[in-house]
Amino acid sequence: MKLKSILFSSLLITGALTVSAQDLFLTKTAKVNFDCTPVNPVENIDAVNNEATSFLNKATGELVFAVLVKSFRFEKALMEEHFNENYMESGKFPKADFKGKISNLSVVNFAKDGEYPVKVAGNFTLHGITKPINVDGTISIKGGKIQAKSKFSVMLEDYKIDRPKVVADKIAEKATISIIAAYEPKK
Amino acid sequence: MKKILLSTCIALSSLLSLTAQPDDLAKMLEEEMSKDSEPDYATATFKTTRLINGHTVENVAAGVLDMRISHRFGAINTGIKQFYGLDVATMRVSLEYGINRWLMIGGGRSTFEKTYDSFLKAKILRQSKGARNMPITLSYLASMQTMTIPYANADRTNFFTSNMFFVHQLIIGRKFNESFSFQVSPTMVHRNLVDSISTSHDLFSIGMGGRMKLTRRTSINVEYFYQINMFKPAGTNMLSIGFDIETGGHVFQLCFTNSPYMIEKAFIHQNTGTWKAGDIIGGFNLSRNFTIRDPRESKKVKKSEW
Repeated sequence: MKLKSILFSSLLITGALTVSAQDLFLTKTAKVNFDCTPVNPVENIDAVNNEATSFLNKATGELVFAVLVKSFRFEKALMEEHFNENYMESGKFPKADFKGKISNLSVVNFAKDGEYPVKVAGNFTLHGITKPINVDGTISIKGGKIQAKSKFSVMLEDYKIDRPKVVADKIAEKATISIIAAYEPKK
Repeated sequence: MKKILLSTCIALSSLLSLTAQPDDLAKMLEEEMSKDSEPDYATATFKTTRLINGHTVENVAAGVLDMRISHRFGAINTGIKQFYGLDVATMRVSLEYGINRWLMIGGGRSTFEKTYDSFLKAKILRQSKGARNMPITLSYLASMQTMTIPYANADRTNFFTSNMFFVHQLIIGRKFNESFSFQVSPTMVHRNLVDSISTSHDLFSIGMGGRMKLTRRTSINVEYFYQINMFKPAGTNMLSIGFDIETGGHVFQLCFTNSPYMIEKAFIHQNTGTWKAGDIIGGFNLSRNFTIRDPRESKKVKKSEW
């Protein structure tokens, strides 16, 4: 009897802890924009990537993003090559990712349409270097659909991305990253 | 017995609950990304479309116009009288354009024999790993070269086609790691007009070349063409050493070579100089890229969305 109840309760706990598929939302076409254009630009340095993958767990607020560095598209092919070869070293560090959590999940009412400002804390990995970051974002609910948006900046120096002196006035010292993710329920 | 059961069931449940940790989501993300992922193509096997004189496996990117100015001085062993070769100059200018990601075309003009050349280069295979494994990049180059100097023998009936040369080249290249790339290029040059019936119209050769990166923006290149059959009895094989410097939209290639020519029919088969005798020619290639078509247009990304 005692054994049975322990077995039962342990199964119950397990069930509660396991990620419920209903709570999981996924996108494989999140847009990530990256802008490193300096104040007095010689030329715009920005790129887009429409192939970011992200999961959102609406029950726990966990949020993960990953993107292939090689999939960033620049206006100039040579700029794209330099981005991969000279700055991001995408052969060595193919991915950039974020693993974190919405820290004020309680403000979001997933059942009601609206825009909810959220705070997200987590670890951002870029150029092989992981740093904790805190960013502000918005979760918008519209007709049951979830969209997440955020815009934040990182210092290139923090992620050991070299900015040689000769190009120092052509490339900003910080990169502004904007993200839009429109999620679908994970099947 | 009961104890064993109990402990296994606790172990089992803790094992199961482990999968619910935050790492789980990261793992799922990785799985999701590896699904239907694209092959990971090797990029920038070489800095530009030329190693020194010969073509590399690289193409100009789609929608990009590459203006190239190549310049060769005279041989260093001409001494102070010719200012160690700096008095002499031969050059080639060209415009080259990437039609899509596997096809490029180009046209140029050399001072040597007042030659016009036009070519196309197609990537047949692309080196990749991941979703598809392909150890090499394979390109095919076809070039037509026409000299426009007066006919050597004006008395006989001359045809325009007598001044034409055709080049077919396969280029097999591999980027071994971030800094080292190597390529082999079997080549055929067809000469429409030759001196005598016993001379072959077709000349065969094998090119070999590699690049070693010194820093992220500079590299050392070496290129050698071995002639299987020679055009000139006393002809020599081309050996060149180059140094690439990349600065923003330019690639600057400095070189030393025993060939004053910059088109295949000549730099492979018409050299007479040797490094040993000091027939060393300094020169440079300058490549400047202009973006004609923004590759992102088709993606229709609206900036206002952010």
